[in-house]
Amino acid sequence: MAVKVTNECIGCGACVTACPFGAIEMRQNKAYITEACTMCGACVETCPVKAIIREEEKKEVAMDKTEYKDVWVYLENEEGKMRNVALELLGEGRKLADSMGQKLAGVLIGNNIEGLAKEAFAAGADQVYLVEAPELARYNNDGYTATVVDLIKSYKPSVILLGATNNGRDLGPRVACRIGTGLTADCTGLGIDEETGLVAWTRPAFGGNIMATILCPDHRPQMGTVRPSVFKRPVPDYSRSGEIIRVPSKVNPADIRAKIIDIIHVCTASCNLEEAEIIVSGGRGLGIPENFCYVEALAEVLGASVGASRAAVDAGWKPPLHQVGQTGKTVGPKIYIACGISGAIQHLAGMSSSDVIIAINKDPEAPIFNVADYGIVGDIVEVLPILTEEFKKIKAS
Amino acid sequence: MEIVVCVKQVPDTTEVKIDPVTNTLIRQGVPSIVNPFDVNAVEAALQLKEKHGGKVTVISMGPPQAKDALKECLAMGADSAILISDRAFGGSDTLATSYTLAAAIRKLGTYDVIFFGKQAIDGDTAQVGPETAEHLGIAQITYVAKIDVAGDTVKADREHDDGYEVIEAKLPVVISVVKSINEPRLATMKGMMKANRTEIPVWTAKDLDVDEQRLGLKGSPTQVRKIFSPEHRGQGIIIQKDIARESVAELMQKLSDAKII
Repeated sequence: MAVKVTNECIGCGACVTACPFGAIEMRQNKAYITEACTMCGACVETCPVKAIIREEEKKEVAMDKTEYKDVWVYLENEEGKMRNVALELLGEGRKLADSMGQKLAGVLIGNNIEGLAKEAFAAGADQVYLVEAPELARYNNDGYTATVVDLIKSYKPSVILLGATNNGRDLGPRVACRIGTGLTADCTGLGIDEETGLVAWTRPAFGGNIMATILCPDHRPQMGTVRPSVFKRPVPDYSRSGEIIRVPSKVNPADIRAKIIDIIHVCTASCNLEEAEIIVSGGRGLGIPENFCYVEALAEVLGASVGASRAAVDAGWKPPLHQVGQTGKTVGPKIYIACGISGAIQHLAGMSSSDVIIAINKDPEAPIFNVADYGIVGDIVEVLPILTEEFKKIKAS
Repeated sequence: MEIVVCVKQVPDTTEVKIDPVTNTLIRQGVPSIVNPFDVNAVEAALQLKEKHGGKVTVISMGPPQAKDALKECLAMGADSAILISDRAFGGSDTLATSYTLAAAIRKLGTYDVIFFGKQAIDGDTAQVGPETAEHLGIAQITYVAKIDVAGDTVKADREHDDGYEVIEAKLPVVISVVKSINEPRLATMKGMMKANRTEIPVWTAKDLDVDEQRLGLKGSPTQVRKIFSPEHRGQGIIIQKDIARESVAELMQKLSDAKII
């Protein structure tokens, strides 16, 4: 495949600005595509005279795709509990499976976790592939990669969804690479491409400045990681049942090269931002580190996690695990409350996909107000305790 | 100790603006930088070398201008740099990129630690590190915030939920680092001069032991179907009252009207 400019080009330059990669230059009043081209095709649609074409090149395809059926969801679990994202993905996976006319299966790996299968059935799974072994009790890259790859080779799924958590993003690429298939990272939208019937994976790129829809046409399974808390958890239906397919582990403890030897808990669960439904974040606008107590008090009432801007982390007010933004964590909660955060673009890149953004800042010109759905211009120290009190009242009633 | 760092030259996405009329990305005039997490990876490599001796080699796959990114890494103190560049690599997704990088790393010969930043800020995939490890058949530790090497064993703190997992592995290993692992040093004048003098070899597809079918777009299972601008958030409701209690009362009302609470 290649993107080419035909002689029809009128030299208007519309494509130059449309290219996300800066790969189009004007040479002798014609558009010229440089080496930086990734063949994304963003320019094709912008050309007013249809002078840019994307040529499909026939690939040698050795794979029999019809052998691959069903939608799988990797059921990430830890310490005997299912991750929220696993349930969210079962909800989405159900929709994909229904529109493809196929089954939805969960992949459950761990030790003594058979009980979690009924949660998967209640959330929409028809089947659960269950692999249990002591060496799989906790996520480890080597053991889990080998296990998932073995399942794929034996049962040949068409689609696999994983949560875009640290572990999902550690496992996904390793599995995709060993199988030799494509993996779309950090999706925020899933659908079926009408023309091809393939899964259309939509994800933000360039710090959220553009969205891209990705397909995996010639390789199976089609794989993607999906951001936590983008999709709703389905309402559990415990009357549903399903089939447990127990598969023995083939992992030899000696195959696990990177071993977990200890676990350090630095803070309470309040810094688990990845899966938080509500996040209350503080920035330098709090004035002094002690004022973080107001942020924490509000978070406690809301059952929220506590985030921090880079400025607050750099100043040592909060450990780096709390940092939200481009160089910290990317979050997408239902509600994000930014307290004393000015809203530098690096911060916005990490939280602008939140459903509802509430900002409190004393500077009415702060850029955070440009993305906020609701904002209060005011002093944090005055506003937060009142807000906390109000939420407490609602909770009590 | 032989240390390799894989870096990517990226557009500074924080400088990207959207054309308000056409709603498309204005890419012109956006500076190219070394991916910020990769700068931490270079720093981690330099610190490891200072402690244990050895050599730091920085490699990057990209267009010819990616040499600038490599120069910055040399100026920080890396010993040598190699650019992997060929039109045949164009359109590579993460699988083809990692395949190519792994071939280049094999050509370097021995390696003990291969560093990556946890992800690049343009693509944000976090896949090239793990996939390179897979192509090389070695272990990986991702999201690393602390690293210690003793003998042939590496011990690393890996970010996880509310803390860290301490992970141990034998060398060689691929490590991807988070921002908090260190505070990268600035290049010195001397370093910059040395960087300018250091020759950066360019390896093309024919310099590598690779299967042409697995390179570039041909070797990439994923294809971009379309690119579009995200929906912009509408102007929000901003409340500004003299008395904080009144502002909060109005906010609560609005939130309840919108059925958010």
